[in-house]
Amino acid sequence: MNLVKISHMKKRFGELEVLSDISLEVKKGEVVSIIGPSGSGKSTLLRCATLLEQMDGGSLSYKGEKVVWEENGKVITASHAETKRISRTFGLVFQNFNLFPHYTVLKNIMDAPVSVDKVPKKEARERAMTLLRQLGLEDKADAYPYQLSGGQQQRVSIARALALQPQVLFFDEPTSALDPELTGEVLKVIKELARQHMTMIIVTHEMKFAKEVSDRIIFMEGGVIVEEGSPDQLFTSQNLRVQEFIGKLES
Amino acid sequence: MSMSTIFTLLAKGMMISVEIFFFTLLFSLPLGLLVSFGRMSKNFLVRSLVKIYIAVMRGTPLMLQLLVVYFGPFYLFGMKISSGYRFVAVIIAFSINYAAYFAEIYRSGIESISVGQYEAAKILGYNKVQTFFKIIFPQVVKRILPPVTNETITLVKDTSLASVIAMSEMFTIAKQISAKETTIMPLMLAGIFYFIFNYLVAFVMEYIEKKFRYFR
Ligand SMILES: Nc1ncnc2c1ncn2[C@@H]1O[C@H](COP(=O)(O)OP(=O)(O)OP(=O)(O)O)[C@@H](O)[C@H]1O
Ligand SMILES: [Mg+2]
Repeated sequence: MNLVKISHMKKRFGELEVLSDISLEVKKGEVVSIIGPSGSGKSTLLRCATLLEQMDGGSLSYKGEKVVWEENGKVITASHAETKRISRTFGLVFQNFNLFPHYTVLKNIMDAPVSVDKVPKKEARERAMTLLRQLGLEDKADAYPYQLSGGQQQRVSIARALALQPQVLFFDEPTSALDPELTGEVLKVIKELARQHMTMIIVTHEMKFAKEVSDRIIFMEGGVIVEEGSPDQLFTSQNLRVQEFIGKLES
Repeated sequence: MSMSTIFTLLAKGMMISVEIFFFTLLFSLPLGLLVSFGRMSKNFLVRSLVKIYIAVMRGTPLMLQLLVVYFGPFYLFGMKISSGYRFVAVIIAFSINYAAYFAEIYRSGIESISVGQYEAAKILGYNKVQTFFKIIFPQVVKRILPPVTNETITLVKDTSLASVIAMSEMFTIAKQISAKETTIMPLMLAGIFYFIFNYLVAFVMEYIEKKFRYFR
């Protein structure tokens, strides 16, 4: 079964049609990268898929359960309780981390499990420390976000998302806000997650990384999926726009 | 009048000034938060009414507001004003006035928090109340401490306005003694009192600001 299923997703901001007709299915364990020029709607796609933005058409479901769908031309969202429950399926890592500045690293990671999922404190703490150890940040448990480098902050935000044990993780340009020398440590973490068969959908401009980590790459432009396939297929695409885009970023 | 009588009277007035100060903060700080929610409400009617309320509170003298709250019940409804109402009127007038100022301070603080904080909280599953009180509010408090300190210092001095309805706080009493004894000394003492009071306020606020320095 598909973990994520997006069918004919549409989104417009006023007059501007940002997503024209996006359909995407992601299976458990798959890593899908989304590439495409600026303004092509990649972030909007992730934001609609994670319900930060309300889509205007089409349907969205997780593990076969519909969250948003169309009925007689009207867009329906599942009940508040249903949406809340189904939302536990996914996590999202932001481009600029959005860590909570007044919480320590440890609290950033363990607070949602405790306050939202009612995980016992002790267990949440152990889970958080295990994640920190895996990400090489156990000595930063008591630090505050401002005391960390961008790369460390992004790793903490990945740990924060993982602490809720989502089944699929979305990333919106996880390394774009980082200095070039710090992108490596974050990409390494994502690669490790891929090795552990974490289902991930990653918007990225890092072509080499996308090629290495992805089972499938999607090229978006103008609100539609222009090309989709294995990394090899994409990197040898006959489509001129794809060639041009990949060539520009690789060099 | 002996020195010790003067001091006793002034001390009593001082107590009342301090009471006005504390009760005003106690009511206006939470009320201000509520008003700021109204000010940012999605409901046009609520938002507009609150806007008018804030405009009136900030646009007219607190002295006038004191008079209206104190004498209003009599002039408007013919109600008899009991002597116990005086202090209540002072607290009501000060609280609704300061709530308007605090509301605008809260609003500026709340609006300065990046939308990313709300989005992160939403994705992590926090509900609206948790998001506000656990994630947003502590950051707001840190940011608004300096303007709140300003208002608090103004409040200390504003308590003297209660003399307009003959509330026997520090300033009223100092003025009375001064007139009766033809000496400026009680007024000077009152001045020293306000100064020391504000010194303490500044000290406490600085302490709180330091407490919030653990994050950025
Ligand atoms: N909230 C919004 N209101 C109005 N227009 C928006 C909004 N969010 C995005 N847009 C517009 O939608 C289009 C797609 O934006 P989006 O952020 O999805 O692109 P992107 O592919 O993620 O680009 P980038 O690579 O620069 O991040 C852009 O033209 C953008 O200006
Ligand atoms: Mg984007």
